[in-house]
Amino acid sequence: MNSVLSKYKRLATIGAVAIAGTILLSSCAANEGGTTDPGAGGSELSGTIDGAGASSQGSAQEAWVAAFQTANPDVTINYDPSGSGAGREAFIAGGVYFAGTDSALKQEEIDGGFAACVPDTGYVQVPAYISPIAVIFNVEGVDNLNLDAATLAGIFKGTITTWNDPAIVALNADATLPSAPITAVHRSDDSGTTKNFTDYLNKAAAEIWDAPAADPFPYKVGEAAQGTSGVVDAVTNGSNTIGYADASKAGSLGVAAIKVGDEFVTYSPEAAAAVVTGSPAGDTAGPTDLVIKLDRNTTDPTHYPLVLVSYIITCNEFVDAEAAPVVKSYIQYITSEAGQTEAATSAGAAPLAPELSAKVATVLDAIK
Amino acid sequence: MSASAQTTGIVNSLTTGRLPKWATWAILGGSWAIMGVVFTLIAAASDSEFNIAAALFLGTILFIVLIFVFALLVEGIRQAKDRLVTALVVSAFLIALIPLISLLFTVVSNGVPRFDPDFFSQSMRNIVGEGGGALHAIMGTLLITGAAALISVPVGLLTAIYLVEYGKGALARAITFFVDVMTGIPSIVAGLFAFAFFALILDDPGIRFGFGGSIALSLLMIPVVVRSSEEMLKLVPNELREASYALGVPKWLTILKIVIPTSLAGITTGITLAIARVIGETAPLLIISGFTASMNYDLFNDRMMSLPVFVYTQYANPGSDVQPYLDRAWAGALTLILIVMLLNLIARMIARIFSPKLGR
Amino acid sequence: MTTASPRKPRSTLRPADRIFAGSTIVAGSLILAALAAVAVFLIAQSIPALVVDPAELKGSPSSFWAYVGPLVFGTVWAAFLALVMALPISIGIALFISHYAPRRIAQGLGYIIDLLAAVPSVVFGLWGIKVLAPAVTPLYGWLVDNLGWLPFFAGDVSGTGRTILTVAIVLAVMIIPIITAVTREVFLQTPRLHEEAALALGATRWEMIQMAVIPFGRPGMISAAMLGLGRALGETMVVAMVLSPALVVNFVLTSSQNPATIAGNIALNFPEAHGVDVNALIATGMVLFIITLVINSIARVVINRRKAFSGAN
Repeated sequence: MNSVLSKYKRLATIGAVAIAGTILLSSCAANEGGTTDPGAGGSELSGTIDGAGASSQGSAQEAWVAAFQTANPDVTINYDPSGSGAGREAFIAGGVYFAGTDSALKQEEIDGGFAACVPDTGYVQVPAYISPIAVIFNVEGVDNLNLDAATLAGIFKGTITTWNDPAIVALNADATLPSAPITAVHRSDDSGTTKNFTDYLNKAAAEIWDAPAADPFPYKVGEAAQGTSGVVDAVTNGSNTIGYADASKAGSLGVAAIKVGDEFVTYSPEAAAAVVTGSPAGDTAGPTDLVIKLDRNTTDPTHYPLVLVSYIITCNEFVDAEAAPVVKSYIQYITSEAGQTEAATSAGAAPLAPELSAKVATVLDAIK
Repeated sequence: MSASAQTTGIVNSLTTGRLPKWATWAILGGSWAIMGVVFTLIAAASDSEFNIAAALFLGTILFIVLIFVFALLVEGIRQAKDRLVTALVVSAFLIALIPLISLLFTVVSNGVPRFDPDFFSQSMRNIVGEGGGALHAIMGTLLITGAAALISVPVGLLTAIYLVEYGKGALARAITFFVDVMTGIPSIVAGLFAFAFFALILDDPGIRFGFGGSIALSLLMIPVVVRSSEEMLKLVPNELREASYALGVPKWLTILKIVIPTSLAGITTGITLAIARVIGETAPLLIISGFTASMNYDLFNDRMMSLPVFVYTQYANPGSDVQPYLDRAWAGALTLILIVMLLNLIARMIARIFSPKLGR
Repeated sequence: MTTASPRKPRSTLRPADRIFAGSTIVAGSLILAALAAVAVFLIAQSIPALVVDPAELKGSPSSFWAYVGPLVFGTVWAAFLALVMALPISIGIALFISHYAPRRIAQGLGYIIDLLAAVPSVVFGLWGIKVLAPAVTPLYGWLVDNLGWLPFFAGDVSGTGRTILTVAIVLAVMIIPIITAVTREVFLQTPRLHEEAALALGATRWEMIQMAVIPFGRPGMISAAMLGLGRALGETMVVAMVLSPALVVNFVLTSSQNPATIAGNIALNFPEAHGVDVNALIATGMVLFIITLVINSIARVVINRRKAFSGAN
């Protein structure tokens, strides 16, 4: 009898702990207030909007979503950084209201139509996130590194294998370069960063880099690591390493200066924005498609040609009329000066130039 | 040292000699000391740092060799082999402890800085950079895994009961074989399947919801539950069943009141192991449950965060200041391990309270 | 069951009995249905990749099988390396817990090892990148400098330590708890009388283990190894996060160019895949499924053979 009683007593204790735990957890998150006070936000918008796409936009989207949700407390926006391909595919199939992508829509994707949009109303594709790609390195005793496109191509293609190779020494007369072998780190996953990096090498050093721009790294040389974080980790933890990554993630690593025209240019938001402004429109460009064909061969030393431009794709006219105003105002915010400044501070992006920003605004005004 | 070994070696001519008890420790200490000296000399000669890992490692190898040689000289080949194996077994254990301790140390030391009340009372909604928490992910993990357990435990347990108590013939053999096959489903394939399945039947190509994750996890969990419960049910002595039948108790009640309580300890252990196996799954949840920064209590609507996905995305997509993201990732990892530990403890308690005391 | 009477003990069938028995059959059939659904899904999604012009696949291989071949090699090679490291250590731990450590300590150790089986793979991945890879880089440098004549350490050393050997070590750490848990249980089940008989004849502890424990536990050890191998084959996140992959076939353990594994390859390429590439990735998933199926079947055969021999039950 006694043992039965104590058995149930112990059971009751477990129950109490479990209930207390449940109450603790099921209480609302402290930072998610139900402030529906109309004076606070003054916003009419509400609903949950899903987007998906490029992981390069991930941290910028995080900042945008946070700011937008603060201004519109009844709106929830989820941006799934699942990858450009997955984002485009989900948008085409109607799974998300907008997609972020590092590579512009292909003609065959455009021809296939978009399930979330009213048929035959087309689509919107606008640049939203410009990020310089930094060439990061970790070599003992070397703080500054100058490289031109041909040398960079040689390093990543495996034709230049030691740090004191004459080609590198010629560009860095002041540096004391070790005789150690170069470990060049590239992305092991398919990515828009690789595509833009290889596009630059293919355009600016075509005689060495004969592979066209593509998401996967084209040559079977060097070291591979997953994602921007993986590359940064590999470069940081390895020795005599070099890699490429979104500039905002470079941290305290050394960043190489790239030869543009006759000068060596390190990345800066202004230089990245400048090359985008100076570039012509891309192949699929139209009234609502502001795709850009980046000018990698620029010789203007105020330009930094190693840049990734990431787009937002959405509908001109949504089937779901209730979602349209939320998506519209969110993307308007992203591309506004406030949104671009937010991305610059939180994610190290380069803001859209005012001229381009105005063009984008006109396109977005027509969304319904 | 060798002098003492020699003196003990000639004590008795009828039996083989024995190394004194302290010899093992003396040889171990001696080996480490020798290697310590060697490496100090190397470090001094080549002007490099003292390599303590290599000294310990080679010292241990020297010890294994020395103990074999000494035992061979003093005690004979059979005892020498025994000592050699003892040394190998113990060092295997210690070698295994190195990465395990390093792992736990890394998680705890990196996880503690953000293991604060905020971490358990906030989501990541509207958080950029520092601050924020993982309440949404903890909640999501508990809901998704809980739902997966709600599906898997009855199905798995009933299947195990069928196999042990009812099953005969082709169906039972087929189930046994295919449960084995099911243990081989790679986790990412389970996620892809759940996504394709729900996208098809709910006609939503972008489907992401928590319950889909539960289904994917169930696919991984059911075979573990079946296998472990089956083994445990088999251990219940037949005499208990027969005694129950003899008293006129129907079969289903016999199973519910006699068989299951008897094997409850083993079954709960199996279930917790199964939960532990799936609670840390990242790949399938990344595909079907998706990513969100906000709380979501509804398993059937909208994206739901989970702890492994939280850890992964915090690591993979940090903002420009990386440190707060890494801190959150490690704190999430620590939380996940603690949840599993807690589950284990609860299971042990349940097992201890409810299982009948057998005089074993 | 009962040897005395030919008939099973049986009570009268009541409705509740039928419902209960019926529900167990439904549960069992549900599993078959779920597995059939997975198989149909895998096959249906794989077919486009198998029939398409291989030039449209990523990297334009000569055929789908040329694409999946290096991946199969990498998967098996990484899992094999992990098993070679994990198996002796696991058996050592299991013996230590079952036959060497004092009983009270042994229980606690068993609990800790069980817990480690539950550490999520993302955590192993993070640990592999942040702790293990930097720690082994100098060791790899030494191996290549001094043992470079061995084919395993040929060529240039990786500058970051993210090689297949590092992945195999992480995988080994992951599967050690699994193999240990199973072998420990098997060793503990060794009939006490066999052990005591051996000791009574004057056997040393090792001779007792050799004569009584190992023969009894051998099939269990094999099936434990197969379980661990299955887990290592299907591991996704660790490989994706730690390995520096390339689509190559080689046995070098310390270079930057490591054979990729199927699961890791899916995780790396799925986000950016579209069109037939998705089908190709799922088709590789099916190949992985078949590999694990074969290994599980072998394990089952071994376990069944053991059942036939043991006098218990």
